[in-house]
Amino acid sequence: MIMQSCSLLHAAHEDEDDRVFEMSDYQGPVARWCSGCGDHSVLTAAQRLMVDQQLEPETTVFVSGIGCSSRFPHYMKTYGFHGIHGRALPVATGVKLTRPDLDVFVVMGDGDCVSIGAGHWIHAIRYNLDMVAMLLDNNIYGLTKKQTSPTTPQGYRSNTQPYGSYLPPMNPMEVTLGVTNASFVAQTAEWIPAHLFATLKAAHEHKGFAFVRILQRCPHFTPDLYSDAVKKPDLVEILDHPEGIQVEGLDKIYKSQLRHDPADIHRARELAEDGSVIRLGLFFRDETRPRYEETRTLAKRTSREKMDLLNQDFDRYAV
Amino acid sequence: MKLPTVGAAALADREVSVRTVTDLSVEVVSDSGEGAQKCGQIFGAVSAKMGNGVWTVEIIPAEVEPPPRNPVGASGIRIRLGDKEVTNWGDETDVVVAFNEQALLGRHQLHALSPDAIILLESMWATHPDPDIRKQWEDAMQELSGRNYTIIEVPMEEQCLTVVDNPRKGKNMFALGLLCAIFGRDVERAKEQIAHAFRTKKQEITDRNIELLELGYAWASENLDFRYDIPTMPAGAPMVVMNGNEAIALGAVAAGFETAAMYPITPATSVSHMLGEVFEKYGGVLHQAEDEIAAAGVAIGASYAGRCAFTITSGPGMALKTEFLGLAVMTEIPLVLVNVQRGGPSTGLPTKVEQSDLLAAMFGQPGDAPKVVMAPATIEDCFHIMTTARRIAEALRTVVMVLSDANLATGVAPFPRPELSPEWQSAPPDLRPLPAGAKPYDWNERTGISRRFIPGQAGGEHTLTGLAHDERSKVAYDAETVERSHTARSRKIAAFQRTLIPPEINGDPEGGDLLIVGWGSTKGAIEEAVARARAKGLSVSSIHLTFLSPLQPGLPEIFARFKKVMTVEINYSDKKDDPLIDEYNRRRGQLSMLLRSATLVDVDCWTRVLGEPLRPAKIVQAIEENMPGGAA
Repeated sequence: MIMQSCSLLHAAHEDEDDRVFEMSDYQGPVARWCSGCGDHSVLTAAQRLMVDQQLEPETTVFVSGIGCSSRFPHYMKTYGFHGIHGRALPVATGVKLTRPDLDVFVVMGDGDCVSIGAGHWIHAIRYNLDMVAMLLDNNIYGLTKKQTSPTTPQGYRSNTQPYGSYLPPMNPMEVTLGVTNASFVAQTAEWIPAHLFATLKAAHEHKGFAFVRILQRCPHFTPDLYSDAVKKPDLVEILDHPEGIQVEGLDKIYKSQLRHDPADIHRARELAEDGSVIRLGLFFRDETRPRYEETRTLAKRTSREKMDLLNQDFDRYAV
Repeated sequence: MKLPTVGAAALADREVSVRTVTDLSVEVVSDSGEGAQKCGQIFGAVSAKMGNGVWTVEIIPAEVEPPPRNPVGASGIRIRLGDKEVTNWGDETDVVVAFNEQALLGRHQLHALSPDAIILLESMWATHPDPDIRKQWEDAMQELSGRNYTIIEVPMEEQCLTVVDNPRKGKNMFALGLLCAIFGRDVERAKEQIAHAFRTKKQEITDRNIELLELGYAWASENLDFRYDIPTMPAGAPMVVMNGNEAIALGAVAAGFETAAMYPITPATSVSHMLGEVFEKYGGVLHQAEDEIAAAGVAIGASYAGRCAFTITSGPGMALKTEFLGLAVMTEIPLVLVNVQRGGPSTGLPTKVEQSDLLAAMFGQPGDAPKVVMAPATIEDCFHIMTTARRIAEALRTVVMVLSDANLATGVAPFPRPELSPEWQSAPPDLRPLPAGAKPYDWNERTGISRRFIPGQAGGEHTLTGLAHDERSKVAYDAETVERSHTARSRKIAAFQRTLIPPEINGDPEGGDLLIVGWGSTKGAIEEAVARARAKGLSVSSIHLTFLSPLQPGLPEIFARFKKVMTVEINYSDKKDDPLIDEYNRRRGQLSMLLRSATLVDVDCWTRVLGEPLRPAKIVQAIEENMPGGAA
């Protein structure tokens, strides 16, 4: 199961491929994010995942939009697509729909996913293409210097809403769990690397659209956002279940554990809706949901076969 | 030939006259949902199959079912027939079948009907129980009487009721029967065509429609004393007959496209209907995206991943895709965008023709975004242009905009059946590993062209970006790199321009008084108008441009041979004598602006935005009025 998708890829290269990949095979130039930025942890976790899964750099594609976190692909030594604001998901859809052999990761910020690209987010959940979608959610627009995002806490001051954000923030977990055909919904935090890694690994193993919201701090514009939670592990509740995301030894620090069966979508929605505590873990998973790429049975045709078929179609229009 | 004004029954004992004509237009007009287009399409196809030149234009209201019996909501189709190839919809209609007098009135008010048109009009409204309808009928007859029309009342409803309960579904096939009788169409062919048109429906539907066809045929045979004979062309090369959107869809298949992404928009959508039906068996993916922007993104993602991809839209959709088009230009991802233009701005005229997106296609992206813009001029072009566009997009790693329009989209005309070649298809993506040090933007200094890397190619790993970047795709803001990368993207277009040939001159290659320049779907009407004007002794020629960006070579030399150059286009321009307008503030036709800028020649323009294709007679008039040295 773990290696299912990768083994298929590896099979194609079996005869000549005895390469062993290390961290340095995935590490691009030094990241230009601020020190203390949560993006660094996510980058490291993704690179660790690639080593762990021995993913080929040439068949892995990281697609991003615009924003601090969207620089992500530049710091990977894989194929990368740093596109336009909010539109990472349509590009990733085009890649995966037509090249199912490629391993696709999508990196979005909260502006990308929850605001300007929200329409694509809803539909990507429904398409359920086999990819990992990471929402790097620091609750603020960073690159453009502190504007309110849809996930900014109510009352939080920014340059566009200097008297405090007017409305309650949008809850991306609630939204994702509410969309028809959601198949994998998890939440993790950049300050717990073991949980972050385990979550990305579970997401990558999932056959379908794996949505991972990563809570993170912006050292410049939202430094205090999760500072309490970072200091007091009791403010974090870990969702625990044999079918969920399990991290050995984590319960020694994070004593607050809640048993949640990820097959239970109704409970998952309740847990997502309840804002009294920060919950990390696998909220929901269902691998039986239809995947868009599976609905297409693409015939493999040679050019000559295509022309023969086209001649038949032309017969219908013959004078 | 003598014709009565009303009442057909009395004709039974008269002698039948046959008039031989070489050029004639027929219209079927109805309320929406009464199937006038289906009737006209079958009539056109049968006529083409019998060897007549044919061009059809659909008259479609923007709504699915606008209020009935309304001049503005008239739905219909014009079929122009000839004894040789027909390249446009002509001027006015000679024979009309109208399902109610209001739809007829709509066409009359648009001056679509010849002054001595013969009109076969449903008679039920004259004696309708509703007094308001009877009043409308009388008023309409009054208005129509100002012209020399011959109106023949036909009891369509009464006749159709003998076969079907609801003549709204069936009157069109009765009308087809009328036309088949009047024009001596082969009824067996008509039956075959009906069977084809209703192939996805139950057999009884086909049977009933054939019954209605025969009923109409019999009624006309017994009651009408006139027939038309349109000589046919000698059988030549095998032909196919389809509309422009079908031709684009099949052209995309022939070109080897593997992915089409779109969002429904009139009048482009029917391309995707065709692809939806056939694309999968060729291994193609038709993706109906959540919005226009996503459709562009999916096509770009697919193309980036090594598949041949295109996106189909119309003006408003092209606007939404703008940011992605800029990205494709910047990252040099091959992409073909087909814009089936409609009237604008904004929602404009969704079902009507305009050529108003030329400048938006060329300059619509913020920043400098050089690309190739081309336009099919005929339905045959719609097929072949897809292969050309794909090849250019892939060879140059650039965006190619194909500007079709509503006239071509639903227009039906026969064209020589293409002799398909597997070489039109793209080669499979090259996934071989890349040599050490290979750069994803290794711009050739002279041509700007660089090799495309595809995910899966070991050694080619890089992140492409919409940010300014260098040859290795690394973000680079330094002056020298920014200038160099701009140059490379632009130079590709110049390199491509060097491969083009000058346009052919229709008329006198030596030159003359007036040169008409056109682009897109107006070619047939312009060339017919030039032929008519030349027959009158006017020294006028025309050229038609397939490429708008880059412009084909040779234009300055051609322009120099004529005293005056004038574009003819379906987009807005101020007329010279309009209030407040002078030479300086006059807004000109879009091609004329481009040509003036490129050649410094004082290129004039004659443009109309009537929501319909140009009529050759109007262009002749424009030619006469614009001959250098005053009207001829």
